[in-house]
Amino acid sequence: MKIGVLALQGAVSEHVRMLEMAGATAGAIKKVEELEDLDGLVIPGGESTAISKLMHKYGFMEAVRQFAEEGKAIFGTCAGAILLANRINGQEDVHLGLMDMKVERNAFGRQKDSFEASLPIAGVAPNFPAVFIRAPYIMELGQPGVVLAKYDQKIVAARQGPFLAAAFHPELTDDCRLHQYFLEMVKECSKI
Amino acid sequence: MAEVGTSRVKRGMAEMQKGGVIMDVVNAEQAKIAEAAGAVAVMALERVPSDIRAAGGVARMADLGIVEEVLKAVSIPVMAKARIGHFVEARVLESMGVDYLDESEVLTPADDLYHINKKEFTVPFVCGARDLGEALRRIGEGASMIRTKGEPGTGNIVEAVRHMRTMQSQIRKVQSMSYDELMAEAKNLGAPYELLEQVHQTGKLPVVNFAAGGVATPSDAALMMHLGADGVFVGSGIFKSDNPEKFARAIVEATTHYTDYGLIARVSKGLGAAMTGLEISKIREADRMQERGW
Repeated sequence: MKIGVLALQGAVSEHVRMLEMAGATAGAIKKVEELEDLDGLVIPGGESTAISKLMHKYGFMEAVRQFAEEGKAIFGTCAGAILLANRINGQEDVHLGLMDMKVERNAFGRQKDSFEASLPIAGVAPNFPAVFIRAPYIMELGQPGVVLAKYDQKIVAARQGPFLAAAFHPELTDDCRLHQYFLEMVKECSKI
Repeated sequence: MAEVGTSRVKRGMAEMQKGGVIMDVVNAEQAKIAEAAGAVAVMALERVPSDIRAAGGVARMADLGIVEEVLKAVSIPVMAKARIGHFVEARVLESMGVDYLDESEVLTPADDLYHINKKEFTVPFVCGARDLGEALRRIGEGASMIRTKGEPGTGNIVEAVRHMRTMQSQIRKVQSMSYDELMAEAKNLGAPYELLEQVHQTGKLPVVNFAAGGVATPSDAALMMHLGADGVFVGSGIFKSDNPEKFARAIVEATTHYTDYGLIARVSKGLGAAMTGLEISKIREADRMQERGW
């Protein structure tokens, strides 16, 4: 199973490490051609505005939408989740718009409010070490969507078909259970 | 229970900036230009380093009106500089909601002996370093991100290159040492032993390491990425160039695609003049910012 991590900006090597720990072959993706032989894609944390600009510039918007159309699984963490959303609170522009959900950016405050907490994630872990950094949350999740985790009544992890979104950063921990969950999704989607 | 200001949260914030460009800005308008160009953060300042150098006198924390203006103008993280050792400036900036503090040699040091005890802060800090020992001393004090000092405000990349090469070479040396040699090396470098041990085991700094101090062109940024930088700070290089918007975009692209020389050539064409550079030997020793701090 080969998973790519979109490597335009952000915490790329951390995701590669976690995917490998979870048992996949993983690599950084900088060019659209490199999407071709992938079974799944991770869009990492970083700055969503910066990543989005570079995605537009290098044709990744169309290429990733095409990737999704082929039914392949995509996992977005933090900025990656914002990039997946089809609605962003307070702004008209969206990025990939693949996942039917409304997100709020920097929803827990600025960096001094960033935090970590132990989080139960349905079907993944009763006690996942979740690191929230200027994190977004999911205000509304469209159907058919499955809420996987909430923090302070707010949805912070969700699945919808081939898409997985987390407001926090599993890649900053040594816990690869959410990445394993994603690899299971990839298997389902690609019938490997 | 939620925990704020943990080492993982502070260092993680810097991880999210990797592969990106952090730009110096002096007002809301410049901050918006930087954000639109794809900056991952902006550094709110009263003057860019080349103007600080030209103005002389004592350089302090920026006018807080400017910091507030920039905080309101953009949705990307906002950084600001406090003087070395000036923990009150740091606390004031933290209270305003600044996302990352730079305890910076670009400003006139407030303390010639001690740097800020950064572990006590909720907000993360970035600090400059010229070599591995200096980097590990700052990390020992709680810095969550390191950058080369270079020589700020010169548009001359030579010092940043020297600092990055020195650090990388020392890291390789430490990695290849036997355990028996580590304590003596900690003494040589003036580095905390536990941190040096981590470098020995992992072959890298325990925090993200950016390049800063002299980046003026897209090729400069790409050069620093090749030398092992995780990302780039551009101070005077953008808003002292002929065409800040174009320079900003081009430096962002060259940082992402630093191995694609055709692309760097394309984005570098027709940019107009870069900032005027300064030859390091022409700067009096007392005016070299990199000598500030230890």
